[in-house]
Amino acid sequence: MGFEASYSDIGRLDRLSYGDTAVHRLDPRAKVTATILFAATVVSFPKYEVLPLLPFFLFPVLIGAIGDIPAGFIAKKVAAVSPFAVFVGIFNPLFDSSTVAIAPGVAISAGWISFASILLKFLLTISAALLLIATTSFPGICRGLRRLGLPALFVSQLLFLYRYLFVLMEEAMRVARARDMRSFGSRGTGVRVFIRVLGTLFLRTVERAERIYNAMLARGFRGEVPSIRPESFRPRDAAFVAAACGYFALCRLVNVPESIGRLVGGPGG
Amino acid sequence: MSHHILEFRNVRFRYSDGTEALKGVSFRITHGESVGIVGANGAGKSTLLLHMNGHLLPTSGEVFVGEVPLRKETRPEIRRKVGVVFQNPDDQLFMPTVFDDVAFGPLNLGLPPDRVRERVHEALRRVNALALADKPPHHLSGGQKSAVAIAAVIAMEPDILVMDEPAASLDPKSRRDVISLLNTFTHSKIVASHDLDLILDVCARCLVIQDGEIVADGASAEILSDESLLVENQLELPLTLQGRPGRWGAARKIGPRP
Repeated sequence: MGFEASYSDIGRLDRLSYGDTAVHRLDPRAKVTATILFAATVVSFPKYEVLPLLPFFLFPVLIGAIGDIPAGFIAKKVAAVSPFAVFVGIFNPLFDSSTVAIAPGVAISAGWISFASILLKFLLTISAALLLIATTSFPGICRGLRRLGLPALFVSQLLFLYRYLFVLMEEAMRVARARDMRSFGSRGTGVRVFIRVLGTLFLRTVERAERIYNAMLARGFRGEVPSIRPESFRPRDAAFVAAACGYFALCRLVNVPESIGRLVGGPGG
Repeated sequence: MSHHILEFRNVRFRYSDGTEALKGVSFRITHGESVGIVGANGAGKSTLLLHMNGHLLPTSGEVFVGEVPLRKETRPEIRRKVGVVFQNPDDQLFMPTVFDDVAFGPLNLGLPPDRVRERVHEALRRVNALALADKPPHHLSGGQKSAVAIAAVIAMEPDILVMDEPAASLDPKSRRDVISLLNTFTHSKIVASHDLDLILDVCARCLVIQDGEIVADGASAEILSDESLLVENQLELPLTLQGRPGRWGAARKIGPRP
C-alpha cells in the first residue's frame, strides 16, 4: 500500500469513531477495560490451544456489528500487519515436529497447532484494538486512560501523537512528492536521499514542537492538559464490563466448543 | 483604561548567535487602537511580536503592558492580558477537537466548567464556527482553522490582541471574513502582515520596521500611500491604491466554440 493510501485509511479509522451507536456511547473506561481484559485472557491460553480460542471471536464480531464498523475495512487493516505474526510463528512447524492426532487417523505436527494458535491470538487482539479505536476515538481512549490513573504526562504525549500524526504525515507526503517530482527513474530515491529527507523532517518537527509549545504557554499551559468532558460511569457501562468479564471467564475456564460437541454428540462425541 | 496600553521603551534584543534583531524600539499603543506592523522579511517583525507576551525578553530596554513591566515572573500575568494568534493555525490548534482547543485557555485560567462552556460558545459564535465544535482540527479547511485559532485566543478575553499574518494563505472570501471579524473587535489590536490591503482595512495606525528599528509611525492611509518609503522596505502600494483600471482590458469569457 502506498503512503498516500495508508494516510487516508488512518483518516477513515478516525471518522468511524464519530458514529453514534450503543457501542460508541459506552464510557471509554468501560471499553478500554474490557479490551485489555480481552487481550489478557486471549494471550493467557497455552500454546497448543486452538479450539477454545474460537468463542472469543464473538466479542469483536458483536462490537463491530453493533458499532456499525465495516468488517472488510477492519479485515484489511489486520491483514496489513499480519506478516509480523506470520514471521513469529512460521518456524514452529519446522522446530516442533512431534506429531499430534487431531482426529481419528489424521495426525499433524504440533508446530502447526501452535502456529495456528499464534495466528488466532493475533487476529483476536489486533481486531479488538482496532475496533476499540474505531468506536471510541483516540482522544476518548486517552481520556479513559487518564481517568483510569495513567500519568498526565503520558496522556498528553499520546494526545499530541494523535493530533500531529496527520500534520507530520502531510508534511512527509509533501517532501516525498517534491523528491519524486525531481527524481527521474530510480535516481534520487535511494537510501542516501531517504536519510536526508528523514533528517529534514526531524528538524522541521523540532521547530514545530517549539512553536506549539509557545502557543501552549501563551494560553496558560502549566503541565496538565485540562478536560471538561462530562463523563459518568453509568449502570450500563458497568453491565457491559461485567458481561464481558463473565463471558471471557467462562470461555477461559470451560472449553466451550468441546462442551457443545459433547452436548450435541452425546457422551462419546 | 490604562491596562490596555502596550509600551516598548528602547527595546533591544540580541539572539544568542549575535544577531541584533531589535536596535532600540520605542512606541506606545493605547486603549482600543489598531496598529499594523509592516516591514521586509527579516526586518524584526516576528522578534517584536515574540516580545509582546514574553516568549522573548528584551536584552535591554523595557516592555510594559498597562503598569506591569515584562519580566520572567510577570509573564503569566502578561499572557493573560495579551493574546497572540500565531501565523500557522496548525501550531496553535493542538487539542483533539475544536471545542477542547478553545476551552484550553479558559480552563488554564481556572474558570469553573460552566463559565468555560459559555466562553467557548461565545468565542466560536463570534468567529462563526459554532458548527465545528466537535470536529478535530485536521479535518478543517484553512479558513476554518484560522477562525478557530482566533476564537481560541479571544475565549481568554485578552485586553490586547496580537496577530501574525492572520490571513496568509486564505482564499479571498475567507480573507475577507477574517477582515470583517477583526473589525468587530474593540480590543487594542496589533497586526503584523505583508498584506497591506488588510492593514489598510483593519488598522488606523501603522509602524514600519526596518533592520530592527522603527522608521515610520503614523496613520496607515498616509504611510501606505508613501510609495518611496514602501519600496525602500521591499513593499509596494496596496492594490486598492494602485489605481490601474482596465490595464489588462476586460476579461473575456471563454464560451463554447462555434
